[in-house]
Amino acid sequence: MIVQALAFYLFATVAVLSAGMVITQRNSVHAVLWLILAFFNGAGLFVLTGAEFVAMLLVIVYVGAVAVLFLFVVMMLDLNVATLREGFVEHVPMVVAVGFVLLAELLVLVGGWAVAPEAQGVRQAPTPDLAETPNTEALGAILYTDFLYLFQAAGLILLVAMVGAIVLTHRRREGVRKQRIPEQIARRKEDELTLVDVPPRGGV
Amino acid sequence: MTDYLLGYLPILIFLLIAVAMALAAVGGSYVLARHRPDPEKDSAYECGFEAFDDARTRFDVRYYLVAILFIIFDLEVAFLFPWAVSLGDIGLVGFWSMMVFLLVLTVGFIYEWRKGALEWE
Repeated sequence: MIVQALAFYLFATVAVLSAGMVITQRNSVHAVLWLILAFFNGAGLFVLTGAEFVAMLLVIVYVGAVAVLFLFVVMMLDLNVATLREGFVEHVPMVVAVGFVLLAELLVLVGGWAVAPEAQGVRQAPTPDLAETPNTEALGAILYTDFLYLFQAAGLILLVAMVGAIVLTHRRREGVRKQRIPEQIARRKEDELTLVDVPPRGGV
Repeated sequence: MTDYLLGYLPILIFLLIAVAMALAAVGGSYVLARHRPDPEKDSAYECGFEAFDDARTRFDVRYYLVAILFIIFDLEVAFLFPWAVSLGDIGLVGFWSMMVFLLVLTVGFIYEWRKGALEWE
């Protein structure tokens, strides 16, 4: 039990600290690396709460794929700190105004927060006891049947993301020489090769 | 709960040892070794000649396309794991809902194949 508490405090502290580093780092590549550390600690916290599958998903999807995507985006933007800081002073009023609006919204939201008394009762799928059903099995038991429409919607969203990424970024490049396999296979010896009988000392 | 967490104890110990090793290696060389930095030592090493330009060059957008397609199929596979674990309990509805999900994504896969998005050129 004490190990569990210690591990919780370890993961939570590192997660919060690295999240802070993400937003304070000047170098955006370093910020993404801190973000990866935050994801790892989040996965540790999920393991501690018993959400095994979500923890593994965090490692596979977020650390393995999303962080790589972030790195690509950072590389593609070609961020330069010096050019970023240009015009800092003239944008300050705008920045302050946007920040103030966001803060006001947060205050209204948090100020009006109240947990509905029946909230616990209306949960559709209470988490089963971990000792009896592992987390992955509990998820699988409801995800594909009780939440069928949401599951199919997730599939459609993935399809839209796939098509959207291709439409936005894929373009045919002109003047590229490519291997045309059907043509290569369709070549016949008779079409390409002629045998010439060259007489001795006669030349071609 | 305790049994479940005990299964993860080796990973925690492994993590702690890894962190301790990394700290010992980096910290040890930081504390014990001599530091006499000069501009030539600190400059980027590029096979003996002067570095041509900044390492932060812009990437081709094609890398992004490959990365996002990878994420999408990564997520698709992630959905398969709980399905495979609980396939015995969820019956025909669960089986066919996954088949429809895979069909939808196969449509996208065929689209990207026909479009040539998987070719590097």
